[in-house]
Amino acid sequence: VTDPAPKAVPFRTLAQAAPAKPDPGLVMPTGPVSDEDRLRAELEKGILFTTVQSVVNWARANAIWPLGFGLACCAIEMMAIAGPRFDVSRFGAEVFRGSPRQADLMIVAGRVSQKMAPVLRTVYDQMPEPKWVISMGVCASAGGMFTNYAVVQGVDTIVPVDIYVPGCPPKPEMLMYGILRLHQKVRTEGHFK
Amino acid sequence: VRVDDLAEGVRARLPDVVVARGEVTVVVDRDGLLGALAYVRDEPDLSLDSLSGVTATDWPGRMPRYWLAYDLYSMAHRHRLRLKVGLSEGDPRAPSVTPMYPTANWHEREIFDFYGIVFDGHPDLRRILLPDGWEGYPLRKTEDLGGVNTRYRGAFIPPVDRRTT
Repeated sequence: VTDPAPKAVPFRTLAQAAPAKPDPGLVMPTGPVSDEDRLRAELEKGILFTTVQSVVNWARANAIWPLGFGLACCAIEMMAIAGPRFDVSRFGAEVFRGSPRQADLMIVAGRVSQKMAPVLRTVYDQMPEPKWVISMGVCASAGGMFTNYAVVQGVDTIVPVDIYVPGCPPKPEMLMYGILRLHQKVRTEGHFK
Repeated sequence: VRVDDLAEGVRARLPDVVVARGEVTVVVDRDGLLGALAYVRDEPDLSLDSLSGVTATDWPGRMPRYWLAYDLYSMAHRHRLRLKVGLSEGDPRAPSVTPMYPTANWHEREIFDFYGIVFDGHPDLRRILLPDGWEGYPLRKTEDLGGVNTRYRGAFIPPVDRRTT
């Protein structure tokens, strides 16, 4: 019985894989070799090598649980990204937590008043490592229009900030772009935190 | 009750009455404040039993510098009246009306917070909106404008426009 294998099989066992071609020796690559090509070459062998670090970073980046720190109008845009129109669950960040102990991303959405500042820092301290902070909007980033006695002139004076999202308020797309940039940052983190 | 009738009714006891834009304002001095409030609250024709709010204004360089305004409303007659008290720059104190109108409690704390006007007889006069350790009274016109420094956990960071890179 001859049962030829179908032409395109995404995952094959080693036995089904195409026979190794003879080694052509040292040749110059004719074109740019993309990551995708390299990955495909690896998959052809049926074995994928990686490091624990990149797997952990990949897992962390794709399952970020944000802590909604909604302080002002930016919070409305932040809530919108979890809704069906923008749907941040495409990027794995839809599980907004009310408790800092279950979150690993704090989205500071809005102006931080002087009296809120110690609260914000306490909430940040309660988050487990690893943790990241997105400063959403110009008020959280630099005080914004509130150049006055009541508002902290930039939340980075209180907590370390990873991503600044400008805007007044930023559109949900901008916040999602910030989350994607944060993905990039988490994926390329050099060591375990 | 028409505004003019209300003004005439008050004028017998409190002579300094101003009617402007359909609002009746009575100016009293500090010593007569509690008596005036008790009168307009207990007089059956006025019966101003609800204190809508207490506010303050600051006019540096004028005499008196601070003005307190008590906005009153009558649930029975549905009319409004405003009482104003001027306070001098050197002695910004006023008697607390919290025993008479309990709603004045937080209003007076807020005025103390932002203007530094002290209310004698207030049960719990401390800051309400600003942090407890705040220095100064930010809504006074003589205060500096612009952002303030961030002091936190030993760090000292000036506002954005005064930072040096």
